[in-house]
Amino acid sequence: MLAFIGRRLLIAIPTIILISVFVFALQKLLPGDPVLAMAGEDRNPEVLEYLREKYRLNDPVPVQYFHWIGNALRGDLGISLRTNQPVLELIAEKLPVTIQLAVMALVIALAIGVPAGVLSAYKKGTWIDWIANIVALSGLSVPNFWLGIMMILLVSVQLGWLPASGYRPFSEDPLQSLRTMLMPAFVLGTAIAATLMRHTRSAMLSVLKSDYIRTARAKGLAERVVLVKHALRNALVPIVTVTTLLFGELLAGAVLTEQIFTIPGFGKLVVDAVFNRDYAVVQGIVLCTGIAFIFMNLLADVAYRILNPRMRDQ
Amino acid sequence: MTAITDPAATLPKKQSRIWRKLRANPAALIGGAVVIFFVAVALLAPVLPIPAPTATDWAAVRQAPSAAHMFGTDEIGRDVLSRMVWGAQASLLAGVVSVAIAVCLGVPLGVAAGYLGGWTDAAISRMTEALLAAPFLILAIALAAFLGPSLTNAMIAIGLSAMPIFIRLARAQTMSVMTEDYVESARAVGLKTGALVGRYILPNIFPPILVQATLTIATAIIAEASLSFLGLGQQPPAPSWGSMLNIAKNFLEQAPWMALYPGAAIFLVVLGFNLLGDGLRDALDPRDH
Repeated sequence: MLAFIGRRLLIAIPTIILISVFVFALQKLLPGDPVLAMAGEDRNPEVLEYLREKYRLNDPVPVQYFHWIGNALRGDLGISLRTNQPVLELIAEKLPVTIQLAVMALVIALAIGVPAGVLSAYKKGTWIDWIANIVALSGLSVPNFWLGIMMILLVSVQLGWLPASGYRPFSEDPLQSLRTMLMPAFVLGTAIAATLMRHTRSAMLSVLKSDYIRTARAKGLAERVVLVKHALRNALVPIVTVTTLLFGELLAGAVLTEQIFTIPGFGKLVVDAVFNRDYAVVQGIVLCTGIAFIFMNLLADVAYRILNPRMRDQ
Repeated sequence: MTAITDPAATLPKKQSRIWRKLRANPAALIGGAVVIFFVAVALLAPVLPIPAPTATDWAAVRQAPSAAHMFGTDEIGRDVLSRMVWGAQASLLAGVVSVAIAVCLGVPLGVAAGYLGGWTDAAISRMTEALLAAPFLILAIALAAFLGPSLTNAMIAIGLSAMPIFIRLARAQTMSVMTEDYVESARAVGLKTGALVGRYILPNIFPPILVQATLTIATAIIAEASLSFLGLGQQPPAPSWGSMLNIAKNFLEQAPWMALYPGAAIFLVVLGFNLLGDGLRDALDPRDH
């Protein structure tokens, strides 16, 4: 297994280098002179020259890249123009908020998606299967920012059950934190639940056709035992892999969800950075999510090998 | 010696079978009807008897739905229905154009990777993996931010972000088609690369690309609405469903209809494309033949 992880890490290196090239190239997309954008109103030639020297913009582009990546490898992703904080520090500060939102969303998605998928596969071709499929497709089609707005309208404005905003860190007030995050987590979890439901259904349908399921039934085992202990256990392999790969969707969904529910997380950081032309933060976020995504892919592969004994010796 | 059947000759028969299967799928038909309805609305916008989407009426600010304004009015008295009808143009255009960008860039790259193999394949595949590593919307937001906020730039950003899916799909399909007997024999008789790709590879990889394109239009419409919602897509006063929702969220208590209808339109059109895409996938699935 260690050799496998080592090999996968080696394969990941060129991809990470390419991601860094893309992220660096992003700033070259900026129309006009980036120094003018940084200087804002101040068009003093001395200031402009100082900024050019400071950011090494007079150097050839490849030299600029090696300077930038050298700093990034030392954990220096630049300074936020808006808050004057190091970008990495800013990301580390906001990340726990988004992780709390993502974990809660994933729990909700698993609680809805997996049982719905199992039931839909078990009742294939019946009205239960039909409704579950329609609900899942609707979950995939609904824009989560609209679902968030509608939930605020219904749950907060009309019924007054849950607050629409006012995030509290979990460490300060766990109960209030869960209360404020429940609705955003549900909104974020909906599309993930729909994806999980479809994958669970498809995995269960293929497992339910297997010989060992027929054997388990022939032995006279209770249907619940056959379904949970024999079928679901084997169908879990692709489900776990898919769940790990949904990380990207969770992060992207968090951008909009945090914006609607004014949650001060990673997603809100990227939107604020975009509007404040805080390009170092935008670059830092894309670089970090890209690298994190590669590691989640690696984790999915490792999980797949652990759960599937046939893969272990390959 | 077994005669090699030209796949192009069996195409009309195959098409009628696909059409028959599609017609037998009510969900796909509903999806298709929803898509046709929205396309018709978007195209007929200039001739429909509705007020101009930017015409303000200060005497009718945030009016609830009525006979005069079927979907109510917004915060400066503009007709919500009219803005939705014109917004359909922006949303559908963004969906189609961004997917066209993704297909036009992604398919040639994917075919090149699959056909040429070796270093070309390795280079294109690594680039695709790197692009796929950034979540679709985060990449689109970053690109839109650096390119500047506008509908055109949003379409470019979404198109570039969706491109890797088509590279991967075209590469895999090309590699699979390359192992077919008819490609082998076409190569054996000395058919040039261009003719081989145009006559045998592209027509055979087209069905899965079409399914993916239909499903990606749904994703692209949501992405455009998301970017416009964040202020990175269509710029005011031009209407778009996403930007209408961005404004509507500030008037939820006073004018909920401002949020209800544009969001429902996005949901319906995306559902339509998803149903149609699923139906096309089932109809084109060779395992069912």
